[in-house]
Amino acid sequence: MRRAREPGNRRSWAVIGTPYVWLLLFFLLPFLIVLKISVSEMDIASVKDLVTLQNGRLDLNLRFGNYLTLVTDDLYFSTYFSSLKYAAVTTLLCLVLGYPFAYFMARARPTIQPALLMLVMLPFWTSFLLRVYAWKGLLTEHGWAANFIGATGIDSLLLHAGLIPGKGQLMNTPFSLVLGMTYTYLPFMILPLYSNLSKMDLRLLEAASDLGATAWVAFWKITVPLSKAGIIAGAMLVFIPSVGEYVIPELLGGPETQMIGRTLWDEFFSNNDWPMASAVAVTMVLLVIVPLAFFNKYQAEVAEASR
Amino acid sequence: MTTDAAFLQIRDIVKDFDGHTAVDRVSIDIAKGEIFALLGSSGCGKSTLLRMLAGFETPTSGSIVLDGRDLAGLLPYERPLNMMFQSYALFPHLTVADNIAFGLKRDGLPSAEIAARVEAMLKLVQLEKFARRKPHQLSGGQQQRVALARSLAKKPQLLLLDEPLGALDKKLREETRVELVGIIDEVGVTCVMVTHDQEEAMTMASRIAVMSEGRLMQVGRPEEIYETPANRFVADFVGNVNLMEGTLVKDEVDHVLVRCADCTQYVGHGITGTEGMAVAVAIRPEKISIARDVPLACTAGGEFNRVRGRVKESSYFGSFTVYHLALDSGAVLKISASNTERHRQSALEPGDTAWASWSPTAQVVLTS
Repeated sequence: MRRAREPGNRRSWAVIGTPYVWLLLFFLLPFLIVLKISVSEMDIASVKDLVTLQNGRLDLNLRFGNYLTLVTDDLYFSTYFSSLKYAAVTTLLCLVLGYPFAYFMARARPTIQPALLMLVMLPFWTSFLLRVYAWKGLLTEHGWAANFIGATGIDSLLLHAGLIPGKGQLMNTPFSLVLGMTYTYLPFMILPLYSNLSKMDLRLLEAASDLGATAWVAFWKITVPLSKAGIIAGAMLVFIPSVGEYVIPELLGGPETQMIGRTLWDEFFSNNDWPMASAVAVTMVLLVIVPLAFFNKYQAEVAEASR
Repeated sequence: MTTDAAFLQIRDIVKDFDGHTAVDRVSIDIAKGEIFALLGSSGCGKSTLLRMLAGFETPTSGSIVLDGRDLAGLLPYERPLNMMFQSYALFPHLTVADNIAFGLKRDGLPSAEIAARVEAMLKLVQLEKFARRKPHQLSGGQQQRVALARSLAKKPQLLLLDEPLGALDKKLREETRVELVGIIDEVGVTCVMVTHDQEEAMTMASRIAVMSEGRLMQVGRPEEIYETPANRFVADFVGNVNLMEGTLVKDEVDHVLVRCADCTQYVGHGITGTEGMAVAVAIRPEKISIARDVPLACTAGGEFNRVRGRVKESSYFGSFTVYHLALDSGAVLKISASNTERHRQSALEPGDTAWASWSPTAQVVLTS
């Protein structure tokens, strides 16, 4: 208590406070503006004020019709659902691909670990947009990836699973969308998992082995539960941006992979219906905040536990 | 299998790591029910030896036979032994009870039996009330007991202890030591422990192996290691010792004379050696008396076993005082004197001249 008066402490508050002020200005405030627009009426070209003072009369105009539309119109429901679905599939694929990778990276000789880490981060050296565009080239007819998929017979598998409409038609399908999303977000899964797994006390595995656990059992009973925080962190880092992803569905997706980012764009710029667009955006943020809140609660518990 | 074969036989074990020999031709026989300590400083190979017993390292050559069964080729989880790890390696995500049950579940025992066994183990280490806690919610001493319970739960034929008390503070260590030996005796399990703490080894173990640079220096009961060290290393490593280099000048059946720089030593037992060879005489500090006055010659007809020097330093430890006596040759003799009286009449101060003397049974002659 007494320490709060010390000048050093005031300085530390400045350090902690700066990002909060930043977030307040550039996240909370804009969000509140969007929230306000979502419950406002629309004039021909502009958004009406919520509160009007006319002839000594104070009017508060809240319009929740947009939110009602969201619930009642199937289009919104299905795009939300499809966004969550593709985000979930992407997260799962990133986990399945990223976990073994992160695991073996964390268990690799310490001398080669920085090199492996570098390789994971290498794609960030090129613009994300360019890399997604590159997939377009790879997946079109006679593209390298398309040829490879055709030659190995993977396309008949995809066709069978209903992920592509016909042999050789890889672009603008659920397949190309999920491929692009998984490709883009994989590093965000690997990095937190790697950082978690590399910190693990390997003697715990020896202890498990000593007590009669095979390597397989020790992995599931010890390694996986202990990497839960890493799995959750990675899943959040992949899932949350995936839900609102706009660029990848736009470039690699097709008519059947309508996601919420696209709807948002349409409402803003095609329909010019800002209140509706804002309602869509607010709902999306809420959809994302709920899992995030769970994650934070879990993190707090872990932090409490490791004290 | 011969009847006189030891319970645990370690035979000519060698472990090479990239050209560096961590364990060099070590052979030890350990009887059933023994608590056997591997004592040495870090890097002496004791931990590597323990890890080979557990199966975490594969010996380069040699064999380990436990109760007539060769352990070679058995993976850690197939071996009928359990280990209590240094700083315990408790599973942080599991409760105390689940930690103890972990090994039992791997054996696929029925859950009622597991519960009963966990209950019994918790009772053994007096942690019944803590069954549902996580390891981080326990004190260091309690964690140590969970680790012990976990390693005993499967009723191993052999219990390995890696620095069992190393993570505890000094006061707790003494209590826990007694408790630990009590539990091990109660269970009656054969035990191999690794420690760098000689006090721990002396008080817990029935026999000790002193190791240095991968080799066994001496194997014996604690008092053998202390009172009849086999060589300079053991004498110096275990406890405090004064080593005086000298020449064997007289070799009789019942006594020998060793001429050292500061005095001639009359040693009251015979040794295997030849006159003229270089030897070292080891005397423990507590076996030397210190006084202002000239002590009586301990044997008639000779100036033996006494030296005069100047007190260089005196350190008061409460129950005893350690004096450093500077001799004419420049050597310093450490002498430990019991403080049997509360107010010493003539306490020696630094700068005083004093005599040190010892009996002919106090020394050990070391030839290697």
